[in-house]
Amino acid sequence: MKHARLLTGALMALALAAPAAAQDDPVKVGFIYVGPVGDFGWTHEHDLARQAVEEEYGDAVETSFVESVPEGPDAERVMTQMALSGTDLIFATSFGYGPAVNNVAERFPDVAFEHATGYQQDHPNVSLYNARFYQGRAVIGHIAGHMTETSTIGYIASFPIPEVIRGINAAFIHAREVNPDVEFRIVWAYSWFDPAQEASAAEALIEQGADILMQHTDSTAPMSIAEDRGLYAFGQASNMIDFGPNAQLTAIIDNWAPYYIERVGEVMDGTWEAGNVWTGIGDGTVAFADFSDAIPEEVRESAAALRDRIAAGDYHPFTGPINRRDGSEWLAEGEVATDEALLAMDFYVEGITSELPE
Amino acid sequence: MDLSAIDPLVLAASLMIAATPIMLAGIGELISEKAGVLNLGVEGMMITGAITGFAIAVQTGNPYLGMIAAMAGGAALALIFAVLTQLLLANHVASGLALTLFGLGFSSLLGQPYVGVRPPRTFKLEIPVLSDIPVLGRVLFQHDLIVYISVIVVALVWYFLKYTRAGLILRAVGENHDAAHALGYGVVKVRFLAILFGGATAGLGGAYLSLVRVPQWTEGMTAGAGWIALALVVFASWRPWRVLLGAYLFGGIVVLQLNLQAAGVRVPVEYLAMSPYLITILVLVIISSDRARASLAAPGSLNRIFHASH
Repeated sequence: MKHARLLTGALMALALAAPAAAQDDPVKVGFIYVGPVGDFGWTHEHDLARQAVEEEYGDAVETSFVESVPEGPDAERVMTQMALSGTDLIFATSFGYGPAVNNVAERFPDVAFEHATGYQQDHPNVSLYNARFYQGRAVIGHIAGHMTETSTIGYIASFPIPEVIRGINAAFIHAREVNPDVEFRIVWAYSWFDPAQEASAAEALIEQGADILMQHTDSTAPMSIAEDRGLYAFGQASNMIDFGPNAQLTAIIDNWAPYYIERVGEVMDGTWEAGNVWTGIGDGTVAFADFSDAIPEEVRESAAALRDRIAAGDYHPFTGPINRRDGSEWLAEGEVATDEALLAMDFYVEGITSELPE
Repeated sequence: MDLSAIDPLVLAASLMIAATPIMLAGIGELISEKAGVLNLGVEGMMITGAITGFAIAVQTGNPYLGMIAAMAGGAALALIFAVLTQLLLANHVASGLALTLFGLGFSSLLGQPYVGVRPPRTFKLEIPVLSDIPVLGRVLFQHDLIVYISVIVVALVWYFLKYTRAGLILRAVGENHDAAHALGYGVVKVRFLAILFGGATAGLGGAYLSLVRVPQWTEGMTAGAGWIALALVVFASWRPWRVLLGAYLFGGIVVLQLNLQAAGVRVPVEYLAMSPYLITILVLVIISSDRARASLAAPGSLNRIFHASH
């Protein structure tokens, strides 16, 4: 008797609550990461932003994440699983997730997808967001050009995609600007995260005379090697000062929190719409760790000035004249690169000696 | 392109470093195979050693205790394999593959709290007088302790197999376990010990990666080194000193690839990555090409299950 009444009560409550449920249920937000959250680099920053979302909205939001998801079919499975379990918004935080994001988005038109650093936007529920890391790389290139004694800078790159090539070019142009003798030595690790390979690459670069390391891979291994050898390096994606207290000159820090908080808020209000944003230093998405005391005072000032000019929009890191590696003209005197050109960049600029792998 | 930037001496020094993990794992697997046991679980034992060594080193603050723990960890995983194949007579290949899969998963689980932690550092052992020798000193005598240990282990294994009675018994067990059994040797006991030794050295090789080479813990950080170690044993045609040679060759390919890239040479990375396996296949072809080379071939009882029915 008592049970039956309880049951009816529950049913009534359910019937009453049903229309309101959409508003009272927490918004479910899923994140998929290409590396472990403890990489202290790229994925680490995305996870900090996820925590910031939780802090901002408290019980109104429920986040989940899956880490170390390889780019490819596994990513598609993970996102399908998230979509099936009622996730409202999915952040896919690696370039290579592109095809998977679009496949899953087609099957789940009610789920909002946010793809970091991608270019593929085949469905109205796929949004793209990216950060102008090349702005940060221009600043670290400027510092590296001043700091190198051997005029050789080692660069550990991941995959030959526009994002990475842009970073190399931006750093190179600004290193050359302050030091015409600068040479870049570039090693492709063909991985975003392989500490052993990154460590070996760092050593190979140091052996060939590099006294400053830059990396576009996500582990802290190159920073540890630089610290061991008494050389300098730049942190990637996250502040890596713990791994190179003497070695780290500064780090480019990705700050995704403002964007994530804004987009989750829009899903809550029902105002979310697919977009395509590309934010930089001026928006706070690209930030820096404290400039090391090892950098001379005047270099710290000129680097900060460069940073502030880029932030204010007074200066674009890709301003002509810039030639391609083969000597052909890319940007004429005073011409500024368009976003389309930057997003499709598939060549080194003039002065880089090595060839770009295909 | 600037090949003059590649200093062959420095290359030789970093080659020794890159070769150490596969050399340790390879020499252990050699002992195991010499006793007639094919253990495909090398990758699993290496990665288990990498995390147990890392965890103990972090907890105690002593990297060398970590190394010992890594050997114990690798041996513990090998013990599972030994029980399965020697007491329960399970298939070697299937058990070994299972061991690798289990080791990879189990190590990720153990490693959860250690991601992003900095381990205590080991010290480079600069052998006093020798490291001051102009050229050789830099190449040979300024490494981490484990690099020397790996070479010493190879020498000991060579001596053990060639000159000791116990080594002879181990080889007898591997060549013909029925005959060895008939002579009164404990086949199962010998194989147990050989498997455990293989696990211990593989574990040490893994710890070298997580404590010295990188030094950091990440899931799946051995990244196929165990499989290269397996290929290495075949490449070496089951001779200890050739394991050393092969390890330097395979390790050298990795180091050279990165150095060539850094020097601005466009390198076909994919081909170089598959070259250890290609070379191994080539060696297998040579071994099987004619009977005169039979002495190069695998131990007679390799991969055969022993059951003392009488």
